[in-house]
Amino acid sequence: MSLHPPATRSKESLPDGLVVFVKRECPTCELVAPVLRELAKGSALTVYSQDDPGFPEDLEVGDDTSLEASWRNEIEAVPTLLRVEGGVEQERAIGWHRGEWEALSGRSGLGPGLPELRPGCGSLSVDPEFATKLELQFGDSKLVSRRIELARLEDEIEAMYDRGWSDGLPLVPPTEQRVIAMLEGTTRSPDEIVADIPPDLVPCTVEKVAINAVMAGCRPEYLPVVLAAVEAACTDTFNMHGLLATTMSSGPVMIVNGPIRKRLGMNSEMNALGQGHRANATIGRALQLVVRNVGGGRPGEVDRAVFGHPGKLGFCIAENEEDSPWPSLASDLGAEPGKDMVTLFPGEGPRTIVDQLSREPESLARSLAETLRGIYHPKAIIAFDAILIVGPEHARVFREAGWSKDQLEARLHELCQIPSEDLVRGAGGMAEGMPQKAPVETLPKFRPDGIHIMHCGGFAGLFSVVIPGWVGGDIGSTITMKEIGS
Amino acid sequence: MSTNGDARVILDPTGERSVDKREKAARLASLDGTTVGLLDISKPRGDIFLDRLANEFESRGATIKRYKKPTFTKPAPFDLRQQIASECAAVVEALAD
Repeated sequence: MSLHPPATRSKESLPDGLVVFVKRECPTCELVAPVLRELAKGSALTVYSQDDPGFPEDLEVGDDTSLEASWRNEIEAVPTLLRVEGGVEQERAIGWHRGEWEALSGRSGLGPGLPELRPGCGSLSVDPEFATKLELQFGDSKLVSRRIELARLEDEIEAMYDRGWSDGLPLVPPTEQRVIAMLEGTTRSPDEIVADIPPDLVPCTVEKVAINAVMAGCRPEYLPVVLAAVEAACTDTFNMHGLLATTMSSGPVMIVNGPIRKRLGMNSEMNALGQGHRANATIGRALQLVVRNVGGGRPGEVDRAVFGHPGKLGFCIAENEEDSPWPSLASDLGAEPGKDMVTLFPGEGPRTIVDQLSREPESLARSLAETLRGIYHPKAIIAFDAILIVGPEHARVFREAGWSKDQLEARLHELCQIPSEDLVRGAGGMAEGMPQKAPVETLPKFRPDGIHIMHCGGFAGLFSVVIPGWVGGDIGSTITMKEIGS
Repeated sequence: MSTNGDARVILDPTGERSVDKREKAARLASLDGTTVGLLDISKPRGDIFLDRLANEFESRGATIKRYKKPTFTKPAPFDLRQQIASECAAVVEALAD
């Protein structure tokens, strides 16, 4: 028996006395029907039946097939017996428990011949099939977004294209019911501001993120990842504004670490960067839709990319931590073990490195470095960071040789030192380059913390992948991590 | 049970910024005696373009004030925008490469 928590739902006052919620299809309710008839004889008893107003027989029964009374009184199981005074619930007993029912009703000797206790059944008002519909029907909607009524002859998918909301692919219509269901995925209030979204710097609520997550095709449990990604994107360090506006190809790349990858069914193995997995595909898409729709960042307008790349539809990677020889990317960036984290990197399309013959770590490191040295232009130095995804078969080479991630990273930096004379304008017959030779022998391709190593991909194939970054550091964008909340 | 989960009503996913027309700032009748700001956004060679503009404006009687954003990848800092607005009658922002 419990004292009822403070009411959160508006309700009409209940009749004084005893109030019970039942349904015919619940065996425990059938079991207690004689008890209810007994209680009705000496007490004021009001019965609400969720599925059949003819049950229990021989009693006056309130019809709650609309489930409104059940929903308003937050009934989670049937039978639930309430004691009401002055229209206000004083206490409730859930399921059949003789002692509790006797204490609550002030009657003794209830249900002779019945077992001492019997758990109830789930209330129809919390059945997943009905719960969001009831919230929509009877709840005081907290959603404040403009309602857009589609004309009778408008196709809803076409209508969303016409309004400019789509990234080019069809969207899931964000009905109020779907948005309410999406908001069940977070404990955050719909009106909480998540971030100011560039380029228009519009304050974006949890509700707006949820609407765009619905459109992207997310399930409610993905929402916390999308919220954390929006927060990370809109920091000064990540600089979503500049990344959007640049003429370069890059866009936000998300990397998810922590147990949540498994809970959401994210793919970190075969085709890890590819199509075919709902969580990977829709979480990345949701972030881009928030930037497009809330921030007003559209291609051809503030998005000035010359080429862009297919991952700008959404680019969300889960790291395979379990099979990695090394700590995770999130761990490298300072995350505590076991935490769910999302990391944003300003990246362009992935480029595969094929080395099928190296069985020694030094040889393989040289292959990886050769591709890293070439990103953007062999003479482009220090400006751009990169993610290096070491695939499982390449990772095995380093594991068997006992190379730590730090060791590989340090060696890559050494191998990415480029002779200064190769970097000047005209060198190699290319006009591109530095105005004059630097007064040092070599210059580094990357900033000291500009190579980020992680692990995912299928288990057959001696490949790795480089994702080149955009302008790194304070004048551009820096890899940015946020904890995924609830 | 009934439901009013009507797929014909959907929620606006945008920032709901009003698209009502905004009035343009009043145009200058003449450059004579005005102060014109030239904002360099820190793109390479933006200064070359602005130098030429400065000559043109000065030959028409305007006084020039020069400003520079820390980086072209981010919006101009609020204080800089305020400073330009308080010191100039007009501003030209240069993009170059």
